[in-house]
Amino acid sequence: MHIPDGFINVATAAGAGVVAASGLGASLRRTGRDLSERQIPFAGLTAAFIFAVQMLNFPVGAGTSGHLLGGSLAAILLGPWLGVLAVAVVVFVQALMFADGGIVALGLNVLNMALVTALVGWGVFRSLVKLLPRRSTAVMIASMVAGALSVVASALAFVLQYAIGGEGAAPLQTVFPAMVGVHSLIGIGEGVITALAVGAVLAVRPDLIKGLSDLKLPRLATTPSRRSIVAFVAAGLVVALALVFLVAPIASGDPDGLERVAIDNGFIESAKEHPLEGPLADYGVSGIENEETGTVLAGAIGVGATFVAGLIVTTILRRRRSA
Amino acid sequence: MSGGHAHALHFHGHSPLHRLPAAVKLVGLLAFVLAVVATPARAVWAFSAYALILMVLLVLSEVPARFFLTRLAIDLPFIAFALLLPFVGEGPRFNLGPLTVSAAGLLGAWNLIAKATLSAGASVLLAATTEVPDILAGLSRLRVPPVLVAIASFMIRYLEVVAGEFRRNRIAMAARGYQSRSALDWKPIAVSAGALFIRSFERGERVYQAMLARGYDGRWRMEGQQVIPRTQWLAGLFPGIVAAAIMVASRLW
Repeated sequence: MHIPDGFINVATAAGAGVVAASGLGASLRRTGRDLSERQIPFAGLTAAFIFAVQMLNFPVGAGTSGHLLGGSLAAILLGPWLGVLAVAVVVFVQALMFADGGIVALGLNVLNMALVTALVGWGVFRSLVKLLPRRSTAVMIASMVAGALSVVASALAFVLQYAIGGEGAAPLQTVFPAMVGVHSLIGIGEGVITALAVGAVLAVRPDLIKGLSDLKLPRLATTPSRRSIVAFVAAGLVVALALVFLVAPIASGDPDGLERVAIDNGFIESAKEHPLEGPLADYGVSGIENEETGTVLAGAIGVGATFVAGLIVTTILRRRRSA
Repeated sequence: MSGGHAHALHFHGHSPLHRLPAAVKLVGLLAFVLAVVATPARAVWAFSAYALILMVLLVLSEVPARFFLTRLAIDLPFIAFALLLPFVGEGPRFNLGPLTVSAAGLLGAWNLIAKATLSAGASVLLAATTEVPDILAGLSRLRVPPVLVAIASFMIRYLEVVAGEFRRNRIAMAARGYQSRSALDWKPIAVSAGALFIRSFERGERVYQAMLARGYDGRWRMEGQQVIPRTQWLAGLFPGIVAAAIMVASRLW
């Protein structure tokens, strides 16, 4: 997910830099108001943990490497504003001390990995926690959905930046499904890790979770009951299924796979018989505009569907409990 | 707690680059990378000139080329992607040996490889010649808000705490006969990740209390914040200024 320099043009990177800087400024103002000096070390520790988890890095076809982002975890533990700052620090340190992620692209990376993930994660977590019954399972489900959606949102932000100022020359209809598809999968992992980390903190030190500080959890079950495990698995399945909705339109259109196949054939055939016309020649990008908007729409609908599906299921669960 | 102040990318030395104040190097890095990224892809001569600047700096820094190149490997995933571009790119296609490639894609691949590699090279050079506390001091001199610098300081302090807890966790698991069978063995991984967080936090809390006991009051005292002489600014920014001039020239012609 770390965008290197030269991937997005300077104008777009500068624009993202302005947005990121004002986002950080707003976060600094908000945290400055109620920042106890005890919270700074906690933010540092969360940042260190996220940094360590982000080292689990694997290359993803669509130009960037995939790994856990940690923005929603930071937001749930520290609150959205301090969470943004903690992840932004991780991104800064990676760029300056580990050469991971570009220097001019810092604004883009802070925007995608700190601001978008922390704010989306926080929003989803808070709205779910308020909707769901006050139980530790509900907190974990909310954390999981928050983690998953934050990653997809971050990938969407990247696609938007690529659409505005991408310099890769790879068509948007290849980059979009690859990014969102892969990050839907990464999102599941992110969701599980976020839920488990929040669950572990909830069991031992619930006082540390900023996202719950104003809500009263009546009793915290340190060992989840059987029913809560079933609920957790069910919710996990629903999220995964909803993510399939997101991947499905991509899989059916699948320009990536198709083109890859075409390339393979192109190698063989053009080497053997017709050196002039590989099948790729027919792979002109006719009607990009339609396909582009089509895929973007599909993705947006998919993300919406995920969220709505999550909401519906959790409301049903809640009603059944109260009945 | 092994490692002390060193970090993964640092190369201990006393070269002119090592001695430059971190604030100067940070600004110089930004200027250089900005120039590289703003250069049109077709200006191959400009990229060669940037590479030459980088090579001169590398020699000046006394960082071994081997060390530099292995650290540059962080760039590899992007190069792998860039190599795909000629095949998935849009626009007119032509034949390159046995392959049919897109002209725009080929240019895009070159653009990405040249810019990402040169920028990452400059960043590696900064990290190799600057200690972590100096980078933090430089950031705070450049008016980065103190809260961010403080979080970064704690983060770097706690990285070793997390890594230490991780090691102890692994040893404890091995002592109890745990053997990782596959990467999909997610339950023990997940449980230990949760435990890792709590244990690191509680150890970190004790570290913090120890800091309080030794007089930490929420402010980070940076050493060596004396005025940077103008000659050092000039010397440090010189490569960046040259790069900027090359960039302007490449855009004009």
